[in-house]
Amino acid sequence: MTTFLDRPREFLRGHQSLAIIISAAIVLIVLPVVATFPPFNGFGVQRDWVGGFADAGVFVLLAVGLNVVVGLAGLLDLGYAAFFAIGAYTYAYGASSSNPVFGGLHIPFWIMLVVGAGVAAIFGLLLGAPTLRLRGDYLAIVTLGFGEIVPVVILNADTYTKGTNGITGLDQPNLYGLFGINSFGFQNPYLYFVTVVVIITIAFIFLQRLQDSRIGRAWVAVREDELAAASMGINTVTTKLLAFAIGATTSGLAGAFYASKLGIVSPDQFGFTVSFTVLAMVVLGGMGNVWGVAAGAFVIYEIQHTGLKQLGSFVQGLHLPVVELGPLKIDLASINFINYQYLLYGLALVAMMLLRPEGLFPSRRRRLELHEDTDEVAEFIAEEALEP
Amino acid sequence: MTAATSPITKLRLPGTRWRAPLGIFIALVLSYLVIANGAGAQAQEQFINALTIGALYALIALGYTMVYGIIELINFAHGEIFMCGSFVAWGMITTFGFTGAITDLGVLAVVLVAVFLVSMFVMGIVGVIIERFAYRRLRNAPRLAPLITAIGVSFILQNLVFVGISNSIVTVPKLIPFTALSIGPVEIREINLFVIVLAVALMIALQLFITRTRLGTAMRSTAMDREAAQLMGVDINRTIAITFFIGSALAGAAGVVQTQYLGNTNFQVGFQAGLKSFTAAVLGGIGNTTGAAIGGFVIGFLEVISSVYGYGRWSEAVVFSALVLVLIFRPTGILGQQLADRA
Repeated sequence: MTTFLDRPREFLRGHQSLAIIISAAIVLIVLPVVATFPPFNGFGVQRDWVGGFADAGVFVLLAVGLNVVVGLAGLLDLGYAAFFAIGAYTYAYGASSSNPVFGGLHIPFWIMLVVGAGVAAIFGLLLGAPTLRLRGDYLAIVTLGFGEIVPVVILNADTYTKGTNGITGLDQPNLYGLFGINSFGFQNPYLYFVTVVVIITIAFIFLQRLQDSRIGRAWVAVREDELAAASMGINTVTTKLLAFAIGATTSGLAGAFYASKLGIVSPDQFGFTVSFTVLAMVVLGGMGNVWGVAAGAFVIYEIQHTGLKQLGSFVQGLHLPVVELGPLKIDLASINFINYQYLLYGLALVAMMLLRPEGLFPSRRRRLELHEDTDEVAEFIAEEALEP
Repeated sequence: MTAATSPITKLRLPGTRWRAPLGIFIALVLSYLVIANGAGAQAQEQFINALTIGALYALIALGYTMVYGIIELINFAHGEIFMCGSFVAWGMITTFGFTGAITDLGVLAVVLVAVFLVSMFVMGIVGVIIERFAYRRLRNAPRLAPLITAIGVSFILQNLVFVGISNSIVTVPKLIPFTALSIGPVEIREINLFVIVLAVALMIALQLFITRTRLGTAMRSTAMDREAAQLMGVDINRTIAITFFIGSALAGAAGVVQTQYLGNTNFQVGFQAGLKSFTAAVLGGIGNTTGAAIGGFVIGFLEVISSVYGYGRWSEAVVFSALVLVLIFRPTGILGQQLADRA
């Protein structure tokens, strides 16, 4: 059946970068507007919502980066928050008024974004190079250890990191009069929101192009059958290392942005729960599908930071009676739903893996692969090859 | 054969009978000297301390290595099973109404046996349930799926305790009197002696079970080649369930040890202990039970040595560096490869 939408759809399929830019523009306009309508305006004013969207953008960036590692290359990275921390602390060392190492250094935000990403990439390479020669399982445990160690080191090396207090007074981004804007300041979340959407758009285009390139196909090949991929002449170690490093780079980039938005970095922002949350976002969104992962990250972030809180006040508003079952006392109104979030993520991960491993918004190839229907996969690949 | 497929094996090799005991003895003497150099007068106490902590890690590491040996899965939930075991011990001891050390030896023995048996049994069952509902269906799925499930199960257990029992540290009464025994020139606290003897006894029992019984043989053959074992009439599902039961029961025992040795527990202890014990398992050669036990003690010594030299806060970094170094230079672990080849 042909509709009038077919031609633009066909056009956008052929021009993916344009599609990404158009979607980003729509998001940029629609989200702040939606926040002013009920029921959303009941939860907070537009300014707060937009600030929340900017933070959600950080997690979208994190999830999209982790998707390359977990979704495309099939490597389990459990220490993703470590690279986030490295990016954030790099920013703090380059642009802070209370710098414990390079006092008085104020490198512009835009340069520090790249530096933060670069430093995280170097750490990614250092960690991945020895580990990725081994079986995939070892990467999971080494990254888990790394994710655990980085906050501990930051906490203990207090001469260089100021320990628990963290480094404060981080510089704000500055446009030097471009569009009449100088320093962003803390009062204006809109600028951060626009910035993060721009960063995400660039990252999206970059990753989408990469996914469709020779490298992207190599990732999928390594994920699906490492031995076969190696026999076809793919250098599996460099392929995996590249995916791992790109994940680390994205995480570092997100860290640098997050640090400048918050104005402070401290070790407790980068615990294992961050790595776990991002993993849940990738798995629930649909491993391997950038759009699904981004949507998953956004939804989970909003549930975590607005939904659960609102659920709490909603349940309290119902004035439910306290149910007593023998010694067990059930008082829904006293439940702090935020405490349950990680329990819910855990349940969601297990349920997802058992029932719908391809995620809520899967990529077609991943879905077929996870359901192990070889004929269908072959059919799909043949179909894809025939497309012009 | 790579370490990954190395089955659960026994240590005793023809012709090399004395090599392992000799190596262990030399390693112990060396670590004693290193500790003595840093701790001075407290050398003996710290040495025993290292052995005790090592025994704790070894008990947990055994579960990791057994599960990895048989289904090649890093069971991230294993550390949380240890944590839950400590909460079972806490629950029992506070329910019985004990608040301090028990001086009557008979009562002490009965209570300890009861606490250990219940904790081991409960955690064993929990392990079997986890295997049955979370891992079994994914046995032939792509590798990523069971790993993600395992990390999910770990979060479920941790947060069930967090929201259901306690969100902070709980103090557990230490049942064993805090007195020291003198054995010749050696002075050792009863609790340390108890932990070390218990751990060694459990390890020997496990070793005998694996090498001398039909079920143990079934476990080893399943680890070696699941399909071939099945063709030989081994009930794969039952064997894997038993492996989970034993591994989890050992972690349950380690949980009780945690409460009795340190006197407290919290919902987060499983994470770090799990990480360290997994390092121990890799250090010893994953899939190899003897290696896991030795690896546990190595980690215990590493931790005590780093704290003796004033780097206690860095013990995790030391252990993690050890893990990365082992993976770079000897990914099959201390014992891994040699034993696997001759299994």
